[in-house]
Amino acid sequence: MSTALLHTVPLSGQVINLCAALMLLLGFAMLAQRRVLSLINLFMLQGVVLFASTLIVALTTKQSHLLYSAGLTLVLKVFALPYILHRLIRKLSVKWDVETLLNIPTTMLVGIGLVVIAFNVAQPISQLSGTITRATIGIALACVLLSFLMMITRSKAVPQVIAFLAMENALFFAATSATYGMPMVVELGIALDVMVGMVILGVFFFHIRQQFDSLDIRHMERSKDA
Amino acid sequence: MNVYALFAQLLELVIALLLAPLLTGWVNQCRAWLQNRSAPPLLQTYYTLSKLFHKDVLIAHNASSLFRAAPYIIFACMALASAIVPTLSTELIFAPAADAIALVGLFALARVFIALAGMDVGTSFGSMGSRREMLVGFLAEPALLMVFFTASLISQSTSLSTIVDTLAHSEFAIYPSLAFAGVAFTMVSLAENARVPIDNPTTHLELTMIHEAMILEYSGRHLALIEWASSLKLFAYSCLGLALFFPFGIPATAEPAALSFALVILVVKLAMGGAALALIETLNAKLRIFRAPEFLGTAFLLAVLAMLVHLLLEAGP
Amino acid sequence: MREWILLDSITMTALGWLAIGVVGVAFPRRFTLISRVLFPLGAAFGLVLALLALNAIGSDAQVRILALGLPDLPFHLRLDALSAFFLFLLGVTGAGISIYAAGYLRKGEGTAPGLHCLLYHLFLFSMAFVMLADDGYAFMVAWETMALSSFFLVTSEHRHAEIRRAGYLYLLIAHIGAVGILLSFGVMAGSAGDYTFDAMRDFSTLGNWPTIAFLLALFGFGAKAGLLPLHVWLPEAHPAAPSPVSAMMSGVMLKTAIYGLLRVAFDLLHAQLWWWGVLLLVIGLGSALFGVIFAAVQTDMKRLLAYSSIENIGLIAVGCGLALVFKSFLLPNLAALALTATLYHCLNHAFFKSLLFLCTGSVLHATGERNLGKLGGLIHRMPWVAWLALVGVLASAGLPPLNGFVSEWLLLQSFLFTSGLPHGYLNMLLPVVAGAIALIAALAGFAMVKFFGIVFLGQPREEKLSAAHDAGRLERIGLLWLAAGCVLLGILPNLVITLLDPVTRQLVGGGLAATAASHGWWLLAPISEDRASYSPAIFLGSIAVFMPLVFWLVRRRFHGRLTRVAPWDCGFPLQTSRMQDTAEGFGQPIRRIFSPFLRRSGEHPSPFDVTPRYSSRVEDPFWYWLYLPIARLVEYGTRLIAFLQQGRIAIYLLYSFITLLVLLVVPRG
Repeated sequence: MSTALLHTVPLSGQVINLCAALMLLLGFAMLAQRRVLSLINLFMLQGVVLFASTLIVALTTKQSHLLYSAGLTLVLKVFALPYILHRLIRKLSVKWDVETLLNIPTTMLVGIGLVVIAFNVAQPISQLSGTITRATIGIALACVLLSFLMMITRSKAVPQVIAFLAMENALFFAATSATYGMPMVVELGIALDVMVGMVILGVFFFHIRQQFDSLDIRHMERSKDA
Repeated sequence: MNVYALFAQLLELVIALLLAPLLTGWVNQCRAWLQNRSAPPLLQTYYTLSKLFHKDVLIAHNASSLFRAAPYIIFACMALASAIVPTLSTELIFAPAADAIALVGLFALARVFIALAGMDVGTSFGSMGSRREMLVGFLAEPALLMVFFTASLISQSTSLSTIVDTLAHSEFAIYPSLAFAGVAFTMVSLAENARVPIDNPTTHLELTMIHEAMILEYSGRHLALIEWASSLKLFAYSCLGLALFFPFGIPATAEPAALSFALVILVVKLAMGGAALALIETLNAKLRIFRAPEFLGTAFLLAVLAMLVHLLLEAGP
Repeated sequence: MREWILLDSITMTALGWLAIGVVGVAFPRRFTLISRVLFPLGAAFGLVLALLALNAIGSDAQVRILALGLPDLPFHLRLDALSAFFLFLLGVTGAGISIYAAGYLRKGEGTAPGLHCLLYHLFLFSMAFVMLADDGYAFMVAWETMALSSFFLVTSEHRHAEIRRAGYLYLLIAHIGAVGILLSFGVMAGSAGDYTFDAMRDFSTLGNWPTIAFLLALFGFGAKAGLLPLHVWLPEAHPAAPSPVSAMMSGVMLKTAIYGLLRVAFDLLHAQLWWWGVLLLVIGLGSALFGVIFAAVQTDMKRLLAYSSIENIGLIAVGCGLALVFKSFLLPNLAALALTATLYHCLNHAFFKSLLFLCTGSVLHATGERNLGKLGGLIHRMPWVAWLALVGVLASAGLPPLNGFVSEWLLLQSFLFTSGLPHGYLNMLLPVVAGAIALIAALAGFAMVKFFGIVFLGQPREEKLSAAHDAGRLERIGLLWLAAGCVLLGILPNLVITLLDPVTRQLVGGGLAATAASHGWWLLAPISEDRASYSPAIFLGSIAVFMPLVFWLVRRRFHGRLTRVAPWDCGFPLQTSRMQDTAEGFGQPIRRIFSPFLRRSGEHPSPFDVTPRYSSRVEDPFWYWLYLPIARLVEYGTRLIAFLQQGRIAIYLLYSFITLLVLLVVPRG
């Protein structure tokens, strides 16, 4: 039954499905990573996958603005942002190993549960969509939930920022693959929000480091009323 | 059950028995090239086996009959396993004897016997090796089973011949779930065949051994049979990986022409697989023993993810 | 009239057991009579019962009303496919255990042999009666008899305080469960007051009452079966009992609870809800994981087997739950597959667990030790027990070609179909459960390798082990019978599936015999040959052919010289028995990985202790999470009420006076 169904999907759809699966794999890999440098490399890989899928959608649906946003993705998420993050890490002299609040196997198990929830929630939504790659909404929702989980279970600030950026990646992926892109205005607006968020977070990092001499957010718990 | 199927089955068994040591030798050769040193000759494993068969067997005073019988049992299990995995053709007479789940059970049977043999003489290294082997085994087995489940869900069958037929002979389609399952399978086969990063097959330090520690007390023909069985296990796992993830070239019939063509393709694929294995071994360091559960847990979760991705992306509403 | 003879014959055979028990208690100290005549006679009756039940599985249901019982509540008996199958299980396992017990009884130990004989055969008789009972009253009478006789059997060596304590706990939880079962029958009988199962079958399915009946039955039967969280009696009672009794309890008594659950869930209640199945599945999975993790860290060999029983009952419950899920979605053939796997596993577990418990009995008799840390190397002194225990260990670990693997294979096959269920979350989560089952099976292998390796292999850890003797003749016959059962059940799966077909047809309306029988006796292909197939005969045959072939070839081509020397051990000169793994040592990786679920306590010596003592215990966390809080709550409640006990006569008279006033004033009209 399943193989017959798969052959009704054209090759471009199958490649987009493959990109979706790779996004999910990278989301899990980031969840299980201990080292910050590897996290940034994985984020860069996720940017590459995003670029590839946007490019394919742009070529098959012949929408030129998607070509621009693919190019923007390449410049920002594959080159600019990882470079900025590397520089930030060097300036803040962050330690390389990342501690997590839950141990890694438990985090992965919770991740699997989130994936199941996301797949089930997205089933009725994807029935409404008219594109061939509507199953990828489930994966994109799962990636969003996974990056949220990553934000919760990390105790250092830099991985939390990377999780925030990964969430934005997943949302972008959902938009391009399920609805074949969004209006340019919306996209630019989102990009602006992310940039502003990064600036504010960057300022925050320096302040936190100044106050507590470390980027461990658990130190901030000390400032609550005892 | 025609004559061709019987012939294909016997040929497969004989090829496995003959080529398995060559595969091990080839992996060692590639590793040496990558590490910029000169390797022992390609046929070294055969020379070692011959030497061991000619030597006397020395066993401990308190070794039991289980200890003496175990090498034969393990060798028989591995030979049966390599006969079941479809390498040259999917029309084999042993094909209905065991499906994927029974194959996992067969590997488990061999593992239990070698663990018991390790505990038999009552040395510290033997029981340590058995304990570690069962630890790796209990985590690797569910991961392997989940990989087979994914393949079974795609082909609606757990019979290996049917799986290979479906994957090899239907139209070309990209299965992302198989990509995940492939990564999980590679991790599991590294663990089960005692390769870096779980176990170093060339270590001399007993406290870092898993597989070697269990067979420390064996010598002579017993050791030869166990070494041969290990090579057969590596061969079976490699052929299994090739059959599941790169099945082009395995014919659905058993005619001699198709078989010889399949044999050539098999040798080429195994050579590439062996080189890839050597590359993975060179690029990775051996993990601490208690990082091994994490490694295998990741493999298990990847396999589960593969199944979930299949249910979402490929099964349809 | 021929049909009546079958049910009557079975009842007569069961009464024969009772008669044996009575004869035994009439001559309480005649050891030779009891152990050489009565117990083997009991085994023979077990075989007869099994043969009769085998005949009965294929025939129609038969009913009988006995003249016993209360005036308006006579005992109803019924023999249908489900009871016949469980009677077969009882008979065939009981035969092996009885023969072993004949050889196991030793003069001058514990209770008088006659009393033992009575209790043991009363136990067998009551279990047969449970399966024949067709109304709530007869069922409860038989159930209570079973609980009481097994309590007395468990506390055979009542002079030890911990055995008394284990027996008390067992009786307590058995009665809590019995209350649940009684309430469940009450709900199903409704207000009509008719407690026969026929009346319960006509019970209306409106509202929440079926759910309440199912939950009460799950509670009651789960307490007897050893499902979480009512399992705490199992690891205490099974080791405390003498080994034949442990084998009987683990092998057969736990299955009567499963029989009850199947009877209520599939037969008495008609429309099943899918979430009942999911609940049962979750409880079963939790029990199985719990049981196997704890089995892997035990240091007492009988406790290890008891926890392993919890694991197997958990797996059986998973199969039951899956069958319920399939039936609620109106998929009778898939439900039949899951149910076949469940019933097959019941039969398999009866055989291999009894075999293992009886082997520990022989070890206990030969060495006097239950602690794994004091055993070792027994394969040299007790070869019969060791090799038959190996059969049990391989079967318990679920390895081909023995029987444990077949039921696991069937269960995993039925899980493969769950991805087609029409329910959104279920079709994704249930295939993952299959992965958990594979994990449980692999961990069971770990626990069994630990059991066999530490008891039978290696060097003896104590001096006195060199005086161990092998099992006696009658004991060997019992062990051989059970081991042969394990092998045959593994090699002839189609036979068993054809046997189970009427049972599944009665319960879920579908059966596998049609497809199974079409492939010949040697190939198991329950759905179709393309879909899945497994041939244990070819498996065993090829291994049995390869081994001698290789042996002969190597001998011919090379040589067969062998010399015995000291162990190599990498050149270390000193080899004492203390240098091999202890039971704690072998279980250490599991302890470490699963440490959040275990509760550990122990004392560690400081470096300055003159006489250092080290102890480490793994305890059941349910005591601290569930039972102790409940006990404290009960104590608190009773303390609150205790204020009523003032001790002065005037106050007690005041109580009676107030009650009288209330009764006069309040009820009107």
